[in-house]
Amino acid sequence: MSLLPKQLYLFYRDGFRSMVVGRTLWKIIAIKLFVIFAVLKFFLFPNYLNKNFNTEHERAGHVLENLTKAP
Amino acid sequence: MGDQILTTVDWARAQFALTAMYHWIFVPLTLGLSFLIAFFESIYVKTGNEEWKKLTKFWMTIFGINFAIGVATGIIMEFEFGTNWSNYSWMVGDIFGAPLAIEGIFAFFIEATFFAVMFFGWQRASKGFHLFSTWMVAVGSNLSAVWILVANGWMQYPAGMAFNPDKARFEMQNFWEVALSPVAVHKFTHTTSSAFLLASLFVVGVSALFLLQKRHQKMAKRSMVVAAVFGFIASIFVAFTGDEAAFNVAHRQPMKLAAMEGLFVGQEKAPIIAMGIINPNKKAGDNLPAFYQETKIPGLLSLLAYRDFNSFVPGVNDLVFGNTERNIIGAEQRMVTGKIAVAELTRYKLAKKSGDETAAASALAIFNQHKGDLGYGYLISPTQAVPPVAATFYSFHIMVVLGTMFPLIFLLVLYFAFKGTIENQRWLNLICLFSIFLGYVAQQAGWVVAEVGRQPWAIQGLLPVNVANTNIATSNVQITFFIFLAIFTALLLAEIRIILKQIKTGPEA
Repeated sequence: MSLLPKQLYLFYRDGFRSMVVGRTLWKIIAIKLFVIFAVLKFFLFPNYLNKNFNTEHERAGHVLENLTKAP
Repeated sequence: MGDQILTTVDWARAQFALTAMYHWIFVPLTLGLSFLIAFFESIYVKTGNEEWKKLTKFWMTIFGINFAIGVATGIIMEFEFGTNWSNYSWMVGDIFGAPLAIEGIFAFFIEATFFAVMFFGWQRASKGFHLFSTWMVAVGSNLSAVWILVANGWMQYPAGMAFNPDKARFEMQNFWEVALSPVAVHKFTHTTSSAFLLASLFVVGVSALFLLQKRHQKMAKRSMVVAAVFGFIASIFVAFTGDEAAFNVAHRQPMKLAAMEGLFVGQEKAPIIAMGIINPNKKAGDNLPAFYQETKIPGLLSLLAYRDFNSFVPGVNDLVFGNTERNIIGAEQRMVTGKIAVAELTRYKLAKKSGDETAAASALAIFNQHKGDLGYGYLISPTQAVPPVAATFYSFHIMVVLGTMFPLIFLLVLYFAFKGTIENQRWLNLICLFSIFLGYVAQQAGWVVAEVGRQPWAIQGLLPVNVANTNIATSNVQITFFIFLAIFTALLLAEIRIILKQIKTGPEA
């Protein structure tokens, strides 16, 4: 490993090792990111237009359809 | 639009409000505390006094906790756009998609680089570079709020764009008109300065707790003085930017201003309601009184809105039904224009489909003449253009009362701190402690004024929320609403618990 990447690696490694409250916080961040991206985004929050339409033209057509519905 | 869709809209709105309000519990403390930490560390570097370093590290830990708990809570709003607000999301994608993505990448690199130096670099980086990193975190954190606030400002005042009927989306015509519109600028300055105010209240309040507990008194007093000075300056700036924001509202969202003051009948020398109890049964156009009780300050609303005590301020009735004497076009008339715009957009769509370019060109020409009121074409009744008056009125008044009180608290803190008796002022320390909660109340009230006050619009005058949303099952939104409620509440409780533990441990940790 050349000097700069090694220094950077050691900087982050030692920093993470010396954390006290940070360990708990990283666990919270990891759980939160897992829940947000792996559960919520994947199962509960699909992008409606991307999921139901294949092209930009179709998506635009769908939105235009909604904009021209009688209220 | 049936009841089913209205219910979905209501739940989607509630879910977005829930997400945004919880997100806004974490963000302002990050924005403000980052600068306070930079001030503390600057004093340490300047004086070389190790106690300032200890103090800086303590507040940095609190900052880290708040940041870690709050990070990525805003991403959920992006998910909601794609799922619950797909029409809106599609329509504004050209304007906000790229800048928001760039901002996200920029914030990530600032955070990955300078956060690491700030937290891990005390022993490895020079004092100067460490301080530079702390300042970069403060500047970077605040810059990462720019575009989302510009986006919010644009929704309140859509400038610098044109509607493309072929793509069914708004396209940016002038970047600077979008980025530097007066609404966007004041949205950013008012919001960030209010975040500085909140963080100052937080530091003053936690320091007051130390004084009440007779722990870490020296550190507490030092923190208090710096935070009170910053908080006082921020309060003055908040008042100034708030006044400018109200001036903008008067000119660009007059209905919101009327709701903020419960003004149903427009008048010259329009008063500010210093205190009042709204009549919840009052509707636009009826003869019921707007208030059960009110105390007025004559002319002040006219001054606030048009910089003239004698000027005429339109009320809800003028803005719904119009006022020919005052040349005010009401929602009733705008609905007629809006419905022409919707009809011509339909005609354009059908002509394009059938390949009739002449008919398409004719429809587009008429559409372009009426598109300014497009959103009104989706209303069923002109009274739908009225936001919830009571919620807007009370939120605005709570925000203003608290915003007036905070600088007085900072002045009292500074007075007793310089007198050297702050630790003996139990009453003031209790007020300071309670003011942390009041600071959050003022923050949330501000968002209610901005967001509830602009209803029914997702984009002012152009797109109502019931057209902006996706036609999905209500139950889907209900389920995720309660999932978010549980997640955010758990995160908030975790934050409070960890912060309290850290405060109990104190700066020795």
